[in-house]
Amino acid sequence: MPQIPESHQKVRFYQTGTLTVGNRLLDAEHRSVQGTMDRSNSLDSGHRACQGCGEALGARFAIDAAMRATKNQLIAANATGCLEVFTTPYPETAWSIPWIHSLFGNAAAVGAGIAAALKAKGRDDVRVIAQGGDGGTTDIGFGCLSGMFDRNDDVLYICYNNEAYMNTGVQRSSATPGGARTATTMPVGKDPGNAFNTGKSVPLVAMAHLIPYVATASVHDLHDLEHKVSKAMGIHGARYIEIFVPCPLGWGSKPSDTVKIARLAVECGLYPLIEAEHGELTGVTKIRQHVPVGEYLKLQRRFAHVLKPGNAHQLEQLQAIADRNIKKFSLIDEKGGQE
Amino acid sequence: MKTPFAITLDVGSSLLNKTGSWRNERPVYLDRLPPCNHACPAGENIQQWLYLTEEGRYEEAWRQIMDDNPFPAVMGRVCYHPCETHCNRGQLDEAVGINAVERFLGDQALINEWQVEAGAPTGKRVMIVGAGPSGLTAAYHLRRIGHAVTVYDASPQAGGMVRYGIPKYRMPREKLRAEVARIERMGAELQLNTRIDDVVAARDEGKFDAVFLSIGAQLPKRVDIEVNGELPVLDAVSVLRNTELEEPTGMRGHVVVYGGGNTAMDVARSGVRLGAKSVTAVVFEAREHMPAHEFEVKEAREEGVELVCLRAIREVNGEQVTLEKMVPSEGRWPQPTGQFETISADVVVQALGQNVDTGLAEAISGIKVAEGAVQVGTDMQTGSPGIFAGGDMIPSERTVTTSIGHAKKAARHIDAYLRGVSYSPAEKHEVVSHDMLNTWYYSDAPRTVRPMLSVMRRQSGFAEIVGNIDQENATFEARRCMSCGNCFECDNCYGVCPDNAVKKLGPGNRFEFKYDYCKGCGLCASECPCGAIKMIPEEI
Repeated sequence: MPQIPESHQKVRFYQTGTLTVGNRLLDAEHRSVQGTMDRSNSLDSGHRACQGCGEALGARFAIDAAMRATKNQLIAANATGCLEVFTTPYPETAWSIPWIHSLFGNAAAVGAGIAAALKAKGRDDVRVIAQGGDGGTTDIGFGCLSGMFDRNDDVLYICYNNEAYMNTGVQRSSATPGGARTATTMPVGKDPGNAFNTGKSVPLVAMAHLIPYVATASVHDLHDLEHKVSKAMGIHGARYIEIFVPCPLGWGSKPSDTVKIARLAVECGLYPLIEAEHGELTGVTKIRQHVPVGEYLKLQRRFAHVLKPGNAHQLEQLQAIADRNIKKFSLIDEKGGQE
Repeated sequence: MKTPFAITLDVGSSLLNKTGSWRNERPVYLDRLPPCNHACPAGENIQQWLYLTEEGRYEEAWRQIMDDNPFPAVMGRVCYHPCETHCNRGQLDEAVGINAVERFLGDQALINEWQVEAGAPTGKRVMIVGAGPSGLTAAYHLRRIGHAVTVYDASPQAGGMVRYGIPKYRMPREKLRAEVARIERMGAELQLNTRIDDVVAARDEGKFDAVFLSIGAQLPKRVDIEVNGELPVLDAVSVLRNTELEEPTGMRGHVVVYGGGNTAMDVARSGVRLGAKSVTAVVFEAREHMPAHEFEVKEAREEGVELVCLRAIREVNGEQVTLEKMVPSEGRWPQPTGQFETISADVVVQALGQNVDTGLAEAISGIKVAEGAVQVGTDMQTGSPGIFAGGDMIPSERTVTTSIGHAKKAARHIDAYLRGVSYSPAEKHEVVSHDMLNTWYYSDAPRTVRPMLSVMRRQSGFAEIVGNIDQENATFEARRCMSCGNCFECDNCYGVCPDNAVKKLGPGNRFEFKYDYCKGCGLCASECPCGAIKMIPEEI
């Protein structure tokens, strides 16, 4: 199984290595964009996201890294969703980059159009990002996204995955996991919450398009996330990054637990961090401290019923998914973790 | 206002939207008290000097230690390091090797001849009785302030029990000598071979403004053992002292040491080195209740000291020592069983603790002596105004580090006394417990093991048994510090704020919150590795 690339080897034995945002003991080249005093703060203060919003955090992490990688020559197209609504209630905006919103389902197409226009104008210095939530990506915008992949348009599409339609009141999307409570998958009956064996993995679908670069990232592992965004900006053609962004409101979790929940999702195996090029898996981020899925689930009210008596079969199903991911992507070294 | 078609408002920034008004809790930065600092009897700011060591700033780290303790090279060898016992990292993997790093810094100072300067003269003079760790530390702190000091000691060399009680294999004398010399270079006057019998007369004669008593606890505690015959019964204090003075110790043949404390282990292990055929420690307590530190017992046994636990020596007949078997009881002490056994011996050494020679203090009117120790107030002052006391002679744990802590505290109060004011210590911060940390962020890093001299070489001489750690390992070990309760500028708060409401002020200057925008989600506090952020309720 491929290992993480040389450029993102974890730095060890410097108190916190590369696990924290910054580290005064590291060389500048190993420090993150978020740790610098002159980061671009592409998504600035005053936005109206909820307390502890994972998406607001993930968007700043990703766009700041892309800004650094493109020397601030960046345009973003945004799908409808929380990220659009909380950042840009007309006439105010929290974005400090050129940013365009059109419809819920066409962000990939708008991004492709911008890329085409830049090509026509001979501007190869300006790069394009299209972004949206999981609803706008995996359901409503899926046709446009697949077309963008198909044409290999020069766009990085970033999906901020919080596993449901949060902006409209927490309805199920095709990224909602089995067992999760949403407004449309209530925890009632024999199999409460969202049905298992439904939905889709867009990262794997994107890989099937054989596009130059596909990756998954999480707000808890900043160095990994920045590495993947920077790498994506160094490649031309269609690229896809999905970032796992917990939603305190929709998931019923404490705002202060957002990063912890993202960390546990990855550490239990439910959300594997991978990289793929031209359809081939090229890297996985190893689990550092493996935990059972219950540790991840218990912090979220959307899974409360899963941990109650009578629903052990749901817990087993979720654990089986995590175990399958660990095996499929070799998330745990035989020695037991990366460090 | 002219706007394009279908546009009715000018665009604006979200910065106009002060989301701080949503907040019902606010994060605040604070410095909590790390458990190592809290546990240090000398009150060292351990976290801070480890922080400096992490960056290779060894001299600054050493000077940080010197603010509290003038003996890093000594303490890095003989301290029982309660800091490590309380280290939060101990609950994660293993405690930080604080003692080894202190020793490294102490030795660096001796190699590089780093010196601390005395303060500007104040014209005040302090008499110190006893040149042990407590007396010398008091001299050091008072010289830093600028008071003149004269230290009197009856022994030919300075160091007190560190020299005459702690064997060379744990405390090489050249290190002790060098650290004492540094205090002398600051202008502290040492009057050795000078016994003070009348403190008040000596004070008046020398025109001293204040006195610090630190004569230690040097009288051996003895139990009466009925001896029929000629078998010598020695005491540990004399044996260790004679070992130091290179005079005959009487340790020969089969040695029986009576006691299970650290001094018993010291004398037993010295016996091995002095060429005894065998050394047996007869211990009153059960093995697991021995008062000696575990590592002392372990090392003693490695060197061939035999332990006989739950035994009391009852009498000596010729070369036969009669032991009574004891059984553990509900109460504090084991109980006798009436069953006896004998072992043979050429010499018996009592190592049952030491008493204070209270005669010196009792002769001073106003000083109260109770339960064999001189009583002092919270300001370390005895009942006689201007006479302070510290170290083993006052009620305490009787370790070198405790004595050094007493002296630091006493020096502050003596200074206040000399200036006619009172000193009140700053209020202590909340101690950091393990659950205040987010330990996920710390690199997995096992403790560096200090090299040890082979058992063969330990048995045959007084060479120092615990080796140095090198510079790389010292830095590595310091970097295992989790900086409990004190910001080490990891940028996590600055990074994880979804509202960009944390301002980074630059290296060394930490961060500040932008309360105009902070929504009070608490992510910064929960993702702070070291527990240096606290959420407090807003007054609404």
